[in-house]
Amino acid sequence: MSPHGHDAHKATAYITEQDLPERPLATVPSDVIKTASWRTFLPVIHLEACTKCYVCWKFCPDVAIGIDEAGWPVVRLDYCKGCGICAEECKPRAIDMVKE
Amino acid sequence: MARLTIPAEEYMRSGHSACPGCAATLVMRYVLKGLGPNAIVTLPACCWTVIGTPFPTTALNVPILDCAFEATGASVSGLRAAADALGLADVIVVGFAGDGGTADIGLQALSGMLERGTDALYVMYDNEAYMNTGVQRSGATPLGAWTTTTPVDATSRGKGEGKKDVMAIVAAHRPAYAATVNVAFPEDFLKRVEKTKTIRGPKFLHAFSPCPPGWRYPPEKTIAIGRLATDTNSFPLYEIEGGKYRITRKLGRARPVAEYLKAQGRFSHLTDAEIAAIQSEVDGRWARLLALETLG
Amino acid sequence: MPRMVLSGNYAQSYAAKLARVHVIAAYPITPQTAIVEKLGEFVASGELSAQFIKVESEHSALQACISAAALGARTYTATSSQGLLLMHELLHWASGARAPVVMGVVNRAVAPPWSIFTDHTDTVAQRDTGWIQFYAESNQEVLDTTLMAFRLAEHPDVLLPAMVTEDAFYLSHTVEPVDVPTQDEVDEFLPRRDVRGLIRPGAGVRLGSFTMPDLYEEFRHKIARAMERSAEVFFEIEDDYHRLTGRHHGGPLPTYRVDDADAVLMTMGTATTTARSVVDALRTRGNRVGLAKLRAFRPFPVKEVRQLAATADRIGVLDRSFTFGAAGAAFTEVAAALYPETHRPALKNFVAGLGGRDLTPKVLEGMFKALLKGGGPEVDWPDLKRRAEVVRHG
Repeated sequence: MSPHGHDAHKATAYITEQDLPERPLATVPSDVIKTASWRTFLPVIHLEACTKCYVCWKFCPDVAIGIDEAGWPVVRLDYCKGCGICAEECKPRAIDMVKE
Repeated sequence: MARLTIPAEEYMRSGHSACPGCAATLVMRYVLKGLGPNAIVTLPACCWTVIGTPFPTTALNVPILDCAFEATGASVSGLRAAADALGLADVIVVGFAGDGGTADIGLQALSGMLERGTDALYVMYDNEAYMNTGVQRSGATPLGAWTTTTPVDATSRGKGEGKKDVMAIVAAHRPAYAATVNVAFPEDFLKRVEKTKTIRGPKFLHAFSPCPPGWRYPPEKTIAIGRLATDTNSFPLYEIEGGKYRITRKLGRARPVAEYLKAQGRFSHLTDAEIAAIQSEVDGRWARLLALETLG
Repeated sequence: MPRMVLSGNYAQSYAAKLARVHVIAAYPITPQTAIVEKLGEFVASGELSAQFIKVESEHSALQACISAAALGARTYTATSSQGLLLMHELLHWASGARAPVVMGVVNRAVAPPWSIFTDHTDTVAQRDTGWIQFYAESNQEVLDTTLMAFRLAEHPDVLLPAMVTEDAFYLSHTVEPVDVPTQDEVDEFLPRRDVRGLIRPGAGVRLGSFTMPDLYEEFRHKIARAMERSAEVFFEIEDDYHRLTGRHHGGPLPTYRVDDADAVLMTMGTATTTARSVVDALRTRGNRVGLAKLRAFRPFPVKEVRQLAATADRIGVLDRSFTFGAAGAAFTEVAAALYPETHRPALKNFVAGLGGRDLTPKVLEGMFKALLKGGGPEVDWPDLKRRAEVVRHG
């Protein structure tokens, strides 16, 4: 799958004109596009230092940090682009950006 | 249970095409967290046209209606009129445009929407240049900033003109509500958005939106630079409600604007004298804002 | 069915009112202003329950209508000349978004130099935009065609915007007797718009996305197919309207006395009325001439033009506009339609009546005579003030 979403349509059934809707109405959620391949660095969250302040979740431009049932922040590996905002903003310095 | 300081529900999906560290996505994310599922977004040509992912995907859980570059304000009025005519009372119409599509090519349509008193929210995400087309200067580009059309060379020192005061232009239309918001201060941002839900009439949010490739800084610094902009009084946080100004964040002592400028490559050519001139402009603007606040 | 005395402009207003439009967005321009003033009165008095957006330009007017239509509203706007030119970007947007906006356009010349008088340049210049286009000859036709346009535009096999055009001052400001259907009759003919499948609150959908080369062309072809289908749908709608009102305006290319004609003149708009009386006058003097009214410019009535050409030896096409660097648009499209035919009549382009210059019986008679005589330039501007005349009268 192209990281730029160029072949996003391959995730759907659109092959010919007949498959397309009459109006250019897009309906497929964008999370079929996995932007993981964009990154060079990956955030690693050290839970022993994490204070569950959720600043990382709050500031992620890609909604690539989720919160699990135990309340721990979790990196969504399919989407993280490695921008590093979470690591930069984490006050307890619990996140390292690691070269993948 | 997670103790979150802003609403948990997401209306923006992953997989979008924004540059790493893009603040425009946080602007959209926060706006929609505040407005909820009844929002209908109309957006012109801008970064979000591309961010919102190519056909057949879409990056939002609420409807997006693309409109012509000049015409966001008109699209907003059209949507509101249709919602009223069809009895869709809960719909919140949101115009979402960049600084170019709002303060330059889109200024007429914005003016029309404000003057007509359209009951809707208009959000200008301000990355201070025509970023989608590759960083050309806009009316909102600040003094001295490098862009591709205001380069730095023998005869040019970045943009020679100051930044358009869009809030002043909006305020002149006597909107129901207008406020500046900054992705570096999400709780304040959400407070402003939630406030707009309680007010009828035209509402405007000027959202500060740092841009790593356009402002030339590493992507992890987006929030830090946003924070510096407000803490140096370069981008004050204030609201105008019924004509009354209120500054919503005041530091005891502002940080020197040089800290903000030196963090960005687009200002790296500035001399001390040029930085001092910018400091002077920031100070003057802050003093005027304080004075407006006392007018009551 | 009440009979009223209406200008062409008011015929538009009454049609939009009877169609129960939800949203009107329009900007004033001479000679359209009365259309929206009258609609403003209807809204203010409560006769028409609609939202009237007083937009700040024509460009915004059409954007507002397109966005309103995307949410499911029935929309209407009106303009002319410079306003239509300003709207051009949004005309493309309306067809691309498949927004069934209906627009009244008063055909007026374009500046500079300024002219408020009739001329088809403004609307003919929009022929590439994917809009259905009608040219009306009378105020009755304006009202009837506008009502039909709503149903045509919104038909699920069509979903294209439609414009009904009327000549400046000759129709816009001239009153004629018009039979106006009752609200009940129109409600039966034009049901409430089906709003399914458009932008709905709470749905993660997007109308107008950024599209890569591997998918864009198919959407353009869909517009082409919809335009083709609209011709068939229009026949059904006109038949339905005929059943309702007893009136039928003759499809996309109504003809008059062409069956045995040696020469046929094709006209658009109000010149048709004059040409019809010229046909009768020439016939009494033994000339076998006939008239074809190009009522629908888009979709272009290729089939009907070929049928006409099967029996006519000479066809003159009167364009009240000109495509510089080529020829009159209607003439060019007639020639293209006839190119594959084995029998091709002699074809002549008359370019006349620009900027409101009156197309008098004398000028039209001259066109018929030129056709009957044969020869002469392929593209003729017969009503220009030429040097010889200036010398004679100067």
